[in-house]
Amino acid sequence: MNPAIQIENLSKSYVLRHQQGSTYVALRDVIAARGKALLGKGTDTSGRKETFWALDDLSFNINQGDRVGIIGRNGAGKSTLLKVLSRIVTPTKGKVTVEGRVASLLEVGTGFHPELTGRENIFLNGSILGMNRAEIKQKFDEIVAFAEVERFLDTPVKRYSSGMYVRLAFAVAAHLEPEILIVDEVLAVGDASFQKKCLGKMKDVAGQGRTIIFVSHNMEAVQKLCTTGVLLERGKLLFQGSIDQVTRKYMESGDAGQSVYEVALPADAADSNGYISRIQVENEQGQSVAEIPTGANWQVRVFFKLNRATPHFIAALGIVTMLDMPLRTSWSQAADLAAGEYSVLFKNDDLMLVNGQYKLVIGLSTERRVIQYIDNLVTLSISEISAVAGEERILNSESGLILNPMNITITQLN
Amino acid sequence: MIFNKKKQLKQRVVITPQANAGSYWKDLWNYRGLFYFLAWRDILVRYKQTVIGVLWSVLKPLLTILIFAFIGSFLKIDSHGVPRLLLVTAAILPWTFFSSAFSEASGSLVANANLISKVYFPKLIVPVSAVIVCLIDFFISFAILLCLMLYYYLHNEYIPSASLFAIPLFLVLALITATGTGLLIAALNVKYRDFRIIIPFIVQFGLYVSPVAFSSADIYASPKIPEFAKWIYSLNPMVGVIDGFRWCVLGNAMKIEWTGFWISVAISFFFLILGAVYFRKMEKHFADVI
Repeated sequence: MNPAIQIENLSKSYVLRHQQGSTYVALRDVIAARGKALLGKGTDTSGRKETFWALDDLSFNINQGDRVGIIGRNGAGKSTLLKVLSRIVTPTKGKVTVEGRVASLLEVGTGFHPELTGRENIFLNGSILGMNRAEIKQKFDEIVAFAEVERFLDTPVKRYSSGMYVRLAFAVAAHLEPEILIVDEVLAVGDASFQKKCLGKMKDVAGQGRTIIFVSHNMEAVQKLCTTGVLLERGKLLFQGSIDQVTRKYMESGDAGQSVYEVALPADAADSNGYISRIQVENEQGQSVAEIPTGANWQVRVFFKLNRATPHFIAALGIVTMLDMPLRTSWSQAADLAAGEYSVLFKNDDLMLVNGQYKLVIGLSTERRVIQYIDNLVTLSISEISAVAGEERILNSESGLILNPMNITITQLN
Repeated sequence: MIFNKKKQLKQRVVITPQANAGSYWKDLWNYRGLFYFLAWRDILVRYKQTVIGVLWSVLKPLLTILIFAFIGSFLKIDSHGVPRLLLVTAAILPWTFFSSAFSEASGSLVANANLISKVYFPKLIVPVSAVIVCLIDFFISFAILLCLMLYYYLHNEYIPSASLFAIPLFLVLALITATGTGLLIAALNVKYRDFRIIIPFIVQFGLYVSPVAFSSADIYASPKIPEFAKWIYSLNPMVGVIDGFRWCVLGNAMKIEWTGFWISVAISFFFLILGAVYFRKMEKHFADVI
């Protein structure tokens, strides 16, 4: 059986124009450039152009029936890849062979017109997504039931709540029956229960042997839906494998994200008692990583320099929520240190935080004075992915920020 | 969800930097449903939340006709012995169709930028469906002409001739002119938004150089106008269209100047080919630059 999608040496470049206010070319510029060329003065615009390779010599196959998660950081080329596969943009080089009908859902509600009613928009959007009228008619009731908008079918969608709008838009797309479905980050909208419903629907679709290509920053959703994954970095293929392997690799590829913070020297660096030069967020093995899996141990390493001997030196690390609520502060034992370069390691091996972002506050001080205090710089990211593979925990902030269980015993009293 | 087991031939799509001409026209056929829905959307949306709705399609040209007829009689422009209202209407209707179809088609790609950057379909659908929407307006406003013809016929001031049956021919010519120029400007407008500003200007200018307020006979017969200016005048493709319409409606009272007419027709076809070729050439970059 042929692969559903065969990608060979695919590249896509964009020309970046620097120092130009507008994204489109003004006719005046072209005429001016042509005129200059005619007069033999050459074009001066070429110096401000730069070619950017959004996809760079990408080759891989996607098999029929696979549910593939495309993973990568911002700018890795995920969206460009989807646009090429959906034939929206033309590649610069290379070749893609696609077997079967493709439907792509790069945005919820493409082509929805605010003045049209829900009913009219179902037909319009359906035809934009590639359904014919008979298909839409056949699915109409299902779509309406899924979107839960029966009462508002004849209301213009401009009067819909944003939730209703998204539900209706997704419902139309969810009832497409292509052989290959391409979905970009659309689950980021809508409330939690609807997201769950969408994910369930997509799983249904996948269950029928269709190929699904899915891009999302929500690792939890990717892991739930996909079986295999592709990891992209700066337009290149970094890794292809099972979804667990790929998400793990993604989190380990720390250098792409922020995990090492170079601290700018304070103005009075030379005269000060000392200063911090670098802060690293690391996993248990000491590798700097951008994201820590839920439940995994992590540590923070701080490099600093003391300009003179410092008695009673203390280093401290605080964890603060994004809502500025302090969760914990830990102080080192006071020590008398000589001048020189040091590093201090804060190991976290007991506190299990729920996934999300936290601020780390780092301070150096003596008994009486603060040497340096850094807040609003370092972020700790705990990802949705559990450290223990395959373990399905209830991980959400509703049950609390701290996941460490208590010791609970039930005793029969009689 | 019921899996549709209908036997479909599995389609294979090869995506390369080069456009595949054969599959493009096949796609155009496959996407005819979208073509229909886009036109349907534009028609539905046009008069939503208006009080008199579709009546605007009649009222707008009607008011223009009255103004032109008034100015014409005020300035004593030669009406060549035919009812002035008929003379004006036979020109205003094709001109209104052309100007609205041309401007709608020219702006259509940018107006649907969201669609172009999010889904695949042959982009030719967008400007062509814009033209079709204006064609429907034309058919509605055609009622004005029919009413006037009936009125003057009953008052023994006008007898329709057999040339009336040639109207579809000239309508097709107007369609070709509007589509060709519309495709060209639409494609240019994607990259150079200057055309957004140029379009209304072209339309306004076109009204002055087309035989709407006057008739081509006035130009061609005038001894004051030099020969080369008459040539330039006939380069305007709408000259052929409007002269044709007038001949259809008014018969031999408004004879066509054939040399000028064929030049106009040639220019119309030239724009259709130029527009289509340029559109197809630029089409694959639309999503990148829009």
